[in-house]
Amino acid sequence: MTLVVQMKRIEKTFSTLREKSEKALVLFLTAGDPDMEATEALVPALAEAGADIIELGFPFSDPMADGPTIQASSERALKGGATLKGILKSVRNIRFKTEVPIVLMGYYNPVFCYGLEAFSRDAAAAGVDGLLIVDLPPEEAAPLREHLRAHGLAYITLIAPTTPPERAEKLVRESEGFVYYVSMTGVTGSREIDAADIEGEVARLKSMSDVPVAVGFGISTPADVKAVAGFADGVVVGSALVKIIAGGGHLDELAAKVVSFARELKQGTC
Amino acid sequence: MAKETSYPDKQGHFGEFGGRYVAETLMPALLELEQAYALAKEDPAFQQEVDYYLRDYVGRPTPLYYAQRLTEHFGGAKIYLKREDLNHTGAHKVNNTVGQVLLARKMGKRRVIAETGAGQHGVATATIAALFNLDCEIFMGAEDIRRQALNVFRMKLLGAKVHEVTGGTATLKDAMNEALRFWVTNVRDTFYVIGTVAGPHPYPMLVRDFQSVIGRETRQQMLDHEGRLPDLAVACIGGGSNAMGLFYPFLEDESVEMIGVEAGGYGLDTGQHAASICLGKVGVLHGNKTYLLQDEGGQILNAHSISAGLDYPGVGPEHALLNDLKRVKYDAILDSEALEGFKLLSELEGIIPALESSHAIAYLKKIAPQMPKEAIIVVCLSGRGDKDIPTVREYFKEGD
Repeated sequence: MTLVVQMKRIEKTFSTLREKSEKALVLFLTAGDPDMEATEALVPALAEAGADIIELGFPFSDPMADGPTIQASSERALKGGATLKGILKSVRNIRFKTEVPIVLMGYYNPVFCYGLEAFSRDAAAAGVDGLLIVDLPPEEAAPLREHLRAHGLAYITLIAPTTPPERAEKLVRESEGFVYYVSMTGVTGSREIDAADIEGEVARLKSMSDVPVAVGFGISTPADVKAVAGFADGVVVGSALVKIIAGGGHLDELAAKVVSFARELKQGTC
Repeated sequence: MAKETSYPDKQGHFGEFGGRYVAETLMPALLELEQAYALAKEDPAFQQEVDYYLRDYVGRPTPLYYAQRLTEHFGGAKIYLKREDLNHTGAHKVNNTVGQVLLARKMGKRRVIAETGAGQHGVATATIAALFNLDCEIFMGAEDIRRQALNVFRMKLLGAKVHEVTGGTATLKDAMNEALRFWVTNVRDTFYVIGTVAGPHPYPMLVRDFQSVIGRETRQQMLDHEGRLPDLAVACIGGGSNAMGLFYPFLEDESVEMIGVEAGGYGLDTGQHAASICLGKVGVLHGNKTYLLQDEGGQILNAHSISAGLDYPGVGPEHALLNDLKRVKYDAILDSEALEGFKLLSELEGIIPALESSHAIAYLKKIAPQMPKEAIIVVCLSGRGDKDIPTVREYFKEGD
């Protein structure tokens, strides 16, 4: 029997897109907003509509790096009873329907509380591909990364506009899956981006390694997506999508709304 | 084992606690602050400047006062009060804001921001910002704005912009969230003046160092008055800055016992308290690993205390370590007991204490009567109670 090393979902996605000369559309939504049933329906629908990677936010009571839209979304999810355990269970269900790479995104405390080893094991078993922790700089990340690595999960590194070049180079070299470049100083969904401003930064990061660079924060319209996809490997849209979900409605209507938004966004990355 | 005064390590860890758990956007600012502080610490001119303002502007040293009637009331150990209430602006908070704002100026920052609970740290920051002509913006929970209306007005008089924070529980924890959000947006020109010994490294160390003037003075004054060190030091703990300031210079004096008094709210079995060390478990919030009030899934729980300054679900990481090392003992005092302490000190000594400090005063009944008359207790009277008059008045009215 030959041993086949399976290419991981995130790497595979970027390499397939590269062959097609497309960029990755990365969509963020908060798990459990408004409930887990909705999340289990929306993730496969978004993947079908063109999302290449899903960032699934796990809610925290004190989202210090988020603007009002994602704060409110986290509150709704918590009120709806979302827990990290429940979210992993939903990822397991979602895996019956789609192979879209899923990156869990959130704050450190729920993961720390779960237990680093138990979390890495359970997340990998559920079909999670990577983890992005907003408040865990590399200086504090070693214990978690060790467990994630043991279970084949990617630790996505964030790089900010304030990160000095030598630090950025170190972070890029250590990153797995892709690098998340934060397009502006600020919280999520706060301002409009200026694509011209970030183009140079992204080019600099890309010159440091072969790891794909995705750009997020402040990207809300198909035009933004098109502009950023011109130079980045991936484009992240979060608050704009969460706003549609916040509008509520019957699950079928909601799914139709997010699907049509995702289709529009995807056109910008093709 | 490392000496108790040798913490934190280079990454800001106090044993397993502390650290830097922040968004990448803030990391460079924290590294810059750490470097600037390391330079300032070795710079005699900076130290002289801090000392000058503490003496001629704040009014230090504050007296160490022998509370004779309070001592007689309990009939046990001799009780001394470290009178931080006599500082300019009425609390110990200004010791730290003088240091941090001078540092901000040295770093060329034009704007300072701060979170505040009771408003004391907000007032102290606004005061020093006015003195040095810096822009100042203060973040305060809507619930605290209601409880501490007078301090809000004081901050505005001093030229500060006060942001009302309505998210979450609308108290200190949410004010800190919002201050962090503002900082992450304006990090390039803004200095965040954290008011307690918590937050990401280097803040717990920085605030401890600036507040240690309390303990250094107390040590010398005690030697002058009594020719020896106290047997016990007592202070209230929210984040724990006045306690850390008093305790730190005594940590290596084995004969000096220490007690930190947390806010027990309505009772430790009611879920309505702020006793993070007594009842919390280890977690990560606001940039540091420490004891937190949280549920099984790691969501932060609401704290409760009658005193806005103690109404916080966490505690400084160095206190978490001192608890685990068993160097400091931590206990809790209820809202109702704190009010008794408030009344007692007013009636016996003519000193109206802050509700925060009243927790430390109230603790005396548990310990002073059992100690011999030769024993000496020093209590940090961290602030004056003028800001709390409306709260206390409401409470006693309800009790009628």
